[in-house]
Amino acid sequence: MSWTRIRAIFVKELRDYRRNRFIMVTMALMPVLFIVLPIVDIFAIPVSAASAALDKRIGLSLLYMLIIPATVPATLAAYSVVGEREQGTLEPVLTTPIRAGEFLLGKALAVLVPTLVISYAMFGIFLACVGLFAHPAIANAIIQAPHLLIQLLFTPLLAGWSIWVGIAISARSTDVRTAQQLGTLASLPPLAVTALLSFGVIQQSVTLGVGLGAALLMIDALGWRVVSVLFDRERLVTGTRS
Amino acid sequence: MKQPSSTKRPRRTSAAKTAQSGAHALVVDHLTKRFGNRVAFSDVSFTVDYGEVFGFLGPNGAGKTTTVRTLGTLLTPSAGSAIVAGLPLTKANGVEIRRRIAIMPESPGLYLRLTVAENLRCFAGLYELPNTRERIDRALRAVNLLDRADDPCAALSKGLRQRVGLARALLSDPQVLFLDEPTSGLDPVAAREVHELIDGLRKSGVTIFLTTHRLEEAERLCDRVAILNTTLRTIGRPDELREQLFRKTLIVKTLAPLTAPESVLGGVRGVESWRRDGSGSYILTVSDPTVAAPEITRSLVAAGADVLQIAESRHTLEDVYLELVDEDVEAKAGRA
Repeated sequence: MSWTRIRAIFVKELRDYRRNRFIMVTMALMPVLFIVLPIVDIFAIPVSAASAALDKRIGLSLLYMLIIPATVPATLAAYSVVGEREQGTLEPVLTTPIRAGEFLLGKALAVLVPTLVISYAMFGIFLACVGLFAHPAIANAIIQAPHLLIQLLFTPLLAGWSIWVGIAISARSTDVRTAQQLGTLASLPPLAVTALLSFGVIQQSVTLGVGLGAALLMIDALGWRVVSVLFDRERLVTGTRS
Repeated sequence: MKQPSSTKRPRRTSAAKTAQSGAHALVVDHLTKRFGNRVAFSDVSFTVDYGEVFGFLGPNGAGKTTTVRTLGTLLTPSAGSAIVAGLPLTKANGVEIRRRIAIMPESPGLYLRLTVAENLRCFAGLYELPNTRERIDRALRAVNLLDRADDPCAALSKGLRQRVGLARALLSDPQVLFLDEPTSGLDPVAAREVHELIDGLRKSGVTIFLTTHRLEEAERLCDRVAILNTTLRTIGRPDELREQLFRKTLIVKTLAPLTAPESVLGGVRGVESWRRDGSGSYILTVSDPTVAAPEITRSLVAAGADVLQIAESRHTLEDVYLELVDEDVEAKAGRA
């Protein structure tokens, strides 16, 4: 595996995103939406709220934070291969010595890095708003080590899931729009589990958190291998199976 | 298939060619590619020497691009074998083959939001090239685009984009350069510029595999050409192909029609047959124009004819191409 080739794809992708107004607007607007809603919700919680209701509202707010790493990369990842194919830029890249795995890893990292930056930045802004402006009792209930740990750990894991699923769909699609719609849908299943945890339907525990994290980590690691196998140069170039 | 030719015009020398002397840049042996039941190309065999400019001609859908993609390891052949830049065409050799060759597809496929230099930098990284800046400058200088290095590709005309595509293909100093319809869709001026660039590469000894359906392009740039129409129809130097397919003819024009053309033209030494081609115009099939032309002139003068023109009929590569492609069309019509 060549890190030089992976880096070439990574740098190219970041440059391309930076100059793509649609991508910049999407990446900026979606997180803003998902941070405004929980902040408004947190400030609307009455201090006298019952403990269970408070937990539920906090869970919902933190869930919003996890929607960012799950949905922001879905659109980009789903565009990554089929978009290049539609633009006619895929074939020249595939004629270079790059391997499928290197190409895909470069693409995935180029989606992962901005996603992490945006997600952590939004969570930081959320915490700052809560710490500065929310009632101390509510702020104390939110700013707790387990919540912070979940956000820190699950953000890259959820992003990884969305990215590999999105790239897999992109590698097998013939149309950008369909790929993006499917990619967004496919990013949601892990959020369902997170939602069940946030609402207390599934009881949170360290063991469960570690188990879920390990499962997502394994899926993310396998995702790269699976998508590399699904990546069929012949199909991508000609539209027919090899 | 018409008989292949091994005779080639005297070639320029180059360090690259000398280093590779004795080997072929491409050896294609009974290569076939099918997509399901559809045959893209079948049983194709040829060799290309290092330093040679090899033209691959054929109508749309003949299998030219598929051949390039197959030799470039993008597609897996259905049958047959090939050696590309010294390596057998196998999946295991894919990365190494792609390192040794470069392909410029019909559409250059540039990242339009990136500048010219950024596009090339990306590809320099994909080839893991050292001295990136130096190589990019050299490639851009080769296509006369050094002053446009910082322009976004979206701002370039189609012809300039094609030149960037060519610069990109030259970055890695490939042993074999595949150019797939490099002048497709270009206006005559832009096409001429690309021709000049290819001619420059040719002079510096780069091995070029040029697919085109522009026959004057192939005739001007290529040492040898192959005509493909799913199967390989012929291969050789353009002048050899003309000789293979067409008998030598002379066109004779007189001021007034000859009163007894059979007696004037029929018995002349070197004339195999003749026919009328309008009033006062005759087409003669001859064994050797240099022998027959003076004899015909003398015979016409002796017969009191006022000679307007005696000229050898020149067949172009286009005639060869049309002859072969028409044969295929007729054969298909016959089968239907």
